[in-house]
Amino acid sequence: MIEHLVPRILAKLLIPFILLFGLYVQFHGDFGPGGGFQAGVIFAAGIILYALIYGLDRARSVVTPGLVSFLVALGLLIYAGVGVATLLLGAEFLNYNALDSHDPVHGQHLGILIIEFGVGVTVAAVMITIFYQFAGRLKITRELECDETDDADEEEMTGSPR
Amino acid sequence: MSTAANAGFSLMANLPALQVVVPMVAAPICTFLRFRNGPWAFALLVSAATFWISANLLMQVLGGDVISYEMGGWAPPFGIEYRVDTINAFVLLIVSGVSLIALPYALRSVEREVPRDKHHLFYAAWLLCLCGMLGITITGDAFNIFVFLEISSLSTYMLLASGRDPRALTAAFQYLVLGTLGATFILIGVGLLYIMTGTLNIADLAERLGPVSDTTSVRAAAAFLTVGIALKFALFPAHFWLPNGYAYSPSAVGVFLSATATKVSIYVLLRFQFTVFGDIPAFAELDFATLLLPFAVVAFLVGSTVAIFQTDLKRLLAWSSIAQIGYMVAGIGLGGIDGLTAGIVHLFNHAVTKAALFMAAGAIFLRVGSMHIDKLAGIGKTMPFTTLAFVLAGLSLIGVPTTVGFISKWYLILAALQHGATGYAIAALVLASSLLAVIYVWRVVEVAYFREPATNHEVTEAPLSMLLPLWALTIGCFYFGLETGYSVDIARAAAQSLLGVTP
Repeated sequence: MIEHLVPRILAKLLIPFILLFGLYVQFHGDFGPGGGFQAGVIFAAGIILYALIYGLDRARSVVTPGLVSFLVALGLLIYAGVGVATLLLGAEFLNYNALDSHDPVHGQHLGILIIEFGVGVTVAAVMITIFYQFAGRLKITRELECDETDDADEEEMTGSPR
Repeated sequence: MSTAANAGFSLMANLPALQVVVPMVAAPICTFLRFRNGPWAFALLVSAATFWISANLLMQVLGGDVISYEMGGWAPPFGIEYRVDTINAFVLLIVSGVSLIALPYALRSVEREVPRDKHHLFYAAWLLCLCGMLGITITGDAFNIFVFLEISSLSTYMLLASGRDPRALTAAFQYLVLGTLGATFILIGVGLLYIMTGTLNIADLAERLGPVSDTTSVRAAAAFLTVGIALKFALFPAHFWLPNGYAYSPSAVGVFLSATATKVSIYVLLRFQFTVFGDIPAFAELDFATLLLPFAVVAFLVGSTVAIFQTDLKRLLAWSSIAQIGYMVAGIGLGGIDGLTAGIVHLFNHAVTKAALFMAAGAIFLRVGSMHIDKLAGIGKTMPFTTLAFVLAGLSLIGVPTTVGFISKWYLILAALQHGATGYAIAALVLASSLLAVIYVWRVVEVAYFREPATNHEVTEAPLSMLLPLWALTIGCFYFGLETGYSVDIARAAAQSLLGVTP
């Protein structure tokens, strides 16, 4: 896959638009079809496409597993944080009306925007984590297989370019 | 929708939400804590807070009041309602109390059995599991029950598989398959009810179900719900996931789940059987509770018998749990105030007893490194305090007078005797099953006290952080066996509220 020119060029062109479309689905979710779940998956698909074309290692150096696991927790905290904020403002848990003291409709808007952002962050991070886990496992099993065949095929392996 | 009140934050008014929100917010924070024992200390603190909240909630509803909390300010039946009455306040207290007492114990067990770099995830899963179980219990919304069921189930799979024992992976996978099946059945049942009534609020469901109750859809919903929930609390013959799951997971997980997970599912059964389907005349002839009775009787007979033949101490305790679930369901199946009181009080009593026994087993595992019953030779001499606690809690499992086990069986037999000839047969079978319990507890006593310890490796007494929770629960077995004012009275009030009888 690394050698194929057409997918590499196309991915380079497409990935920014995929990420942008993810953000559009995320923040336009109030007015059109969309929302955190869909946006998170689209955004994660962009990163996963990058990993498929340019290799898992490069993807991991751009979007590090540590960052991803932080984002998984952060998204949930954003969601629950809105609820805690409304509690502290004197309303029920997740009662967005309290977010704007003058206009409850504004409060509802703001509330749904923030919690959907939290959903988007967690969904994207979880999708990337799942991909990293499965792809990483494939790599581990391949390395193990290589180790087993190493001794037998050593001469053959050293001869071929890697 | 109520308008936002600018009255400022009120702690007491928001207790029902905080009961679930505190562990839910704490779980992701827990994953950030990477320093030594940080996740543990944090989980302990959160657990103490949830216990304080549930104690307060129980205090508020003991007079017969019902607390209703509107999630997000949307009034029921349109919004999600959190509804606290005597029965679920009691279950909330059991769940958060067990978590609070199991966490000090967990420190050493988890250090030994869970890899160090996974500790923050382990305690995050613990808190999520706690959050899920509290959510199932406190919510007044049928679909919300399913959502929290999934939260607690997913974290349970993770907890079960978190240890070093590779057999735990297959056990967790087995539970994942059966648990998903159970959850799907529950979802189908809730879906059918929603189609027929157009509401998901439990109190509203109970009212709207009347006119449509004599339909195949509602009968199918009841069947799906009953089977799905029975899978979740491992009623015989849907019990296969339980013994391996509890036996091969880290000891602390066994303590926590054996005392809480099945209890919460039994609460869900009670909620659907009595609050939702309770007042429907069409169900009177097809009594689901009585339908469960034969399974309950087989459960406690088979559970006790199989426990006798186990060579692994934790598996022995797990099989005994299947028998104890049988007692609870038998009480519910017998029905009436006495039967329900027996079933509900056994939720509490079994939680105390089985948590103590799993703690003792876990402490032995920490020092001996094996759960094989032959390896426990002479443990009574090398670990005297742990073994004594095991024996005392074992007496409670058998149902010796002055213990909590006796209280449960007393009320169960009282309820059975009101049912004529079948009742006498059930009472006799309960006694027979108790005798089987004598055999399996004695097997451990015999190995522990009457065989010489193996000399090849030194076994010392369990650490204090394990002994203190263990002995607290063991003393609890006797304290609540003598002073039944709390447990039995609350259980009776809960039974009355379920049946709609005013005391």
